[in-house]
Amino acid sequence: MPKKYQTPLLDELEKGPFPSFVTEIKKAAAKNDMAADELGLLEKSYKTKRGYWKHGGIVGVRGYGGGVIGRYSSLAEEFPNVANFHTVRINSTSAFFYTSKFLNEMCDIWDKYGSGLTNLHGSTGDLVLLGTNTENLEPIFAEFSSRGWDLGGSGSAMRTPSCCVGPARCEWSNIDTLEINYAVTQEFQDEMHRPAFPYKFKFKTAGCAVDCIASIARADCSIIGTWKGKISVDQKEVAAYAKNGMNITEEIVNMCPSQCMSYDGKELKIDDANCVRCMHCIAKMTKALKGTGEKGATILIGSKAPFVIGATLSHVIVPFMKMEAPYDELKDLVRKMWEWWDEHGKNRERIGELIIRRGMREFLEFIGIDPIPQHVKEPRRDPFYFWTEADLQKK
Amino acid sequence: MALPQRRTDIGPPHYKDFLPPVIQKNYGDWKYHEILNPGVMVHVSNKGEKIWTVRVASPRLLSTDTIREHAALAEKYCGGYIRYTTRHNVEFLVSDEKNIEPLLKDLKDKKYMVGGIGPRISNIVHTQGWVHCHSAACDASGLVKALMDEFADYFTTKSLPNKVRLAVACCTNMCGAVHCSDIALVGIHRKIPIVETDKIKNMCEVPSTIAACPTGAISPDPANKAVKIKEEKCMYCGNCFSVCPALPIADPVNDGVAIVVGGKVGSLRSDPKFSKLAIPYVPNNPPRWPEVTSAVKTILEAYIAGARKHERVGEWVERIGWESFFKATKLPFTFQHIDDFTIARETYRNSAAFKW
Ligand code: HEM
Ligand code: HEM
Ligand code: SF4
Ligand code: SF4
Ligand code: SF4
Ligand code: SF4
Repeated sequence: MPKKYQTPLLDELEKGPFPSFVTEIKKAAAKNDMAADELGLLEKSYKTKRGYWKHGGIVGVRGYGGGVIGRYSSLAEEFPNVANFHTVRINSTSAFFYTSKFLNEMCDIWDKYGSGLTNLHGSTGDLVLLGTNTENLEPIFAEFSSRGWDLGGSGSAMRTPSCCVGPARCEWSNIDTLEINYAVTQEFQDEMHRPAFPYKFKFKTAGCAVDCIASIARADCSIIGTWKGKISVDQKEVAAYAKNGMNITEEIVNMCPSQCMSYDGKELKIDDANCVRCMHCIAKMTKALKGTGEKGATILIGSKAPFVIGATLSHVIVPFMKMEAPYDELKDLVRKMWEWWDEHGKNRERIGELIIRRGMREFLEFIGIDPIPQHVKEPRRDPFYFWTEADLQKK
Repeated sequence: MALPQRRTDIGPPHYKDFLPPVIQKNYGDWKYHEILNPGVMVHVSNKGEKIWTVRVASPRLLSTDTIREHAALAEKYCGGYIRYTTRHNVEFLVSDEKNIEPLLKDLKDKKYMVGGIGPRISNIVHTQGWVHCHSAACDASGLVKALMDEFADYFTTKSLPNKVRLAVACCTNMCGAVHCSDIALVGIHRKIPIVETDKIKNMCEVPSTIAACPTGAISPDPANKAVKIKEEKCMYCGNCFSVCPALPIADPVNDGVAIVVGGKVGSLRSDPKFSKLAIPYVPNNPPRWPEVTSAVKTILEAYIAGARKHERVGEWVERIGWESFFKATKLPFTFQHIDDFTIARETYRNSAAFKW
């Protein structure tokens, strides 16, 4: 029987309507020594208002440099079963679709070799198995990989790519987000499992500018679906929205960022040349409006959390790329970017930081892209720019 | 017992093996969707075929028992098909309309929280906190539980001007996306790591400790075979503690939570935005952080009172102006609110036209 801890503070978090993580830890703790000590340790954190985890040596599976986060308790004597309590990142499926069969198998393996606790999912998109000891890592890997599952990324490597639900269940997707995600993951297995980059690199793919996967905020490479043609308007459906109480002038026309719509009470018109494809009108009138014509993606680079230079959002590098399997254009671009980053990036410098440090010009020239106004919100304000010999030769 | 044969670099299985038949048949051919109620939506294809999605909240941290229960429900009502969302909700994918009511009843009996679709508060993106991370300045799961209990009605029934996306990150590494959320909490340390000088020579490697600091705040202390930290350069990131356990940063007295507001990631109506500082520090008060939930409630209520339909928090604030935000919420404005980091001068006011 696992040790039973008194947890008066955590018990407070079993009350209320939202499902309780404490109840989850207790369920696992009833039959698992590691989960029991995790519960006891967490109660202690609640009492003392501090955490007790530390690093303490890299761990992993043979042949891989990532996929496992080593985690050690600084109170190993008091809570011996979480003395080491590592996370295993399992590479999730595109858009997190599963079957009951897989989930049950996963639970069987994890009950046998781990704490019985998971995160569905970590924010990078891994299926996170939360807490096991060093000896169990190889067996866990053998059990999962023999069934067709692999580890995700960690450390200075490509991290597990993730994508929105896209064409599987969304009428707005301009690209096959699931297939792109799968193709990128398979193409760069070595870059994922054997960290050799200056720092981490993340891909996230969204089917449209709604960006349900938050790619623009948290991916070194954000792939966002878009289109080149007109927005088709079904005036009958427009009338139905109006009849059902939508104030089309206020809610749609006036909120269009480019002020390119008009509505006279009968007909909704769009000046497509001025539309920025923001998705507002389509999202609100999905039965009436649809992007048409050529479909593809905008490729943006460089978002990251605040360390070290402040948070950044991804910025446009390729305004439009056709996205057709096997996605060679994307893969070639990625290889080129990595080559530049590998050569110039400092330890723990993300590609977006490197672009800021060395300048867009060097980056764009290296990957072979000409400057266009779509790259910027506005041109520079200062007169302190450089000229190369080649620039001077241009007439 | 012998282990099965391991394989390497196989990547994940192909997603097609996990899609319900109706999705395989209508892949990329969806026409529209309708939100039937806060927990149920239906997608209709150009062929006229339908898939219903029933969404429930999860605490993200799940035991195998609960995952098995998800699997059993999926088997009973969804042909075994299920998905999880980036915001840690569970989606039951129902192909047969007859199964919706029995599924909802079963979920209700098992006390699942159904909802989160539409202009509401969905589940909270969050990180590990005291459950599993070494640099946490607060817990994450506990804050999420306290907030979601407080705002449960906005998940299950009540609607808002638009979606309000909440996030929690337990330190400024911000694994939790707080930098682009409508309202987000971020754990903050307020003092530099303690240098346990006499332990360093046994526990740590000086060069790698110095190299771990992103701001160059650490320098050698050769006399003691230890290191020194320059206080004015330290950003309290905890990276040095990762490589050197003799530089602990956890601080029960000074750690706490900052609240940032007005971020978004979609491009709808206005460009994606960063969240900005609303409250620089609220003390840690586990298990329920009442000061934090009440501050979030203040901000949420001001948004509900002031925003136009479809405006996100950040769009509302930008329309009325940040000076009006501080007035509407009665939150104090402090020195910490004025940026002194990399983009400071972009944030100063360059106009005499502002509101009182
Ligand atoms: C430079 C900033 C960051 C640092 C130093 C950092 C560090 C860490 C550490 C130490 C952990 C281990 C937590 C544990 O013990 O389980 C972790 C976990 C994780 N990080 Fe980060 N992180 C950073 C930014 C991010 C961001 C921005 C994301 C999201 C895209 C992210 C995604 C994850 C995920 C998914 C995990 C697994 C645990 C979880 O899901 O909470 N990290 N990170
Ligand atoms: C499920 C919720 C989330 C968790 C648990 C989480 C956790 C983490 C963790 C642990 C990392 C480090 C990544 C890694 O090392 O693998 C990370 C990175 C990051 N997260 Fe999240 N995250 C979440 C959601 C989000 C969201 C919704 C956004 C954006 C809106 C976001 C933005 C970022 C960014 C930009 C990074 C990369 C920053 C960097 O690594 O420099 N995260 N996150
Ligand atoms: S990002 Fe766009 S295509 Fe993808 S799920 Fe969201 S709305 Fe649909
Ligand atoms: S997509 Fe956006 S910019 Fe284009 S017409 Fe609709 S609201 Fe206007
Ligand atoms: S936000 Fe900080 S404390 Fe929380 S999981 Fe990420 S690195 Fe750890
Ligand atoms: S906490 Fe971060 S910034 Fe401060 S000394 Fe350590 S590594 Fe440097």
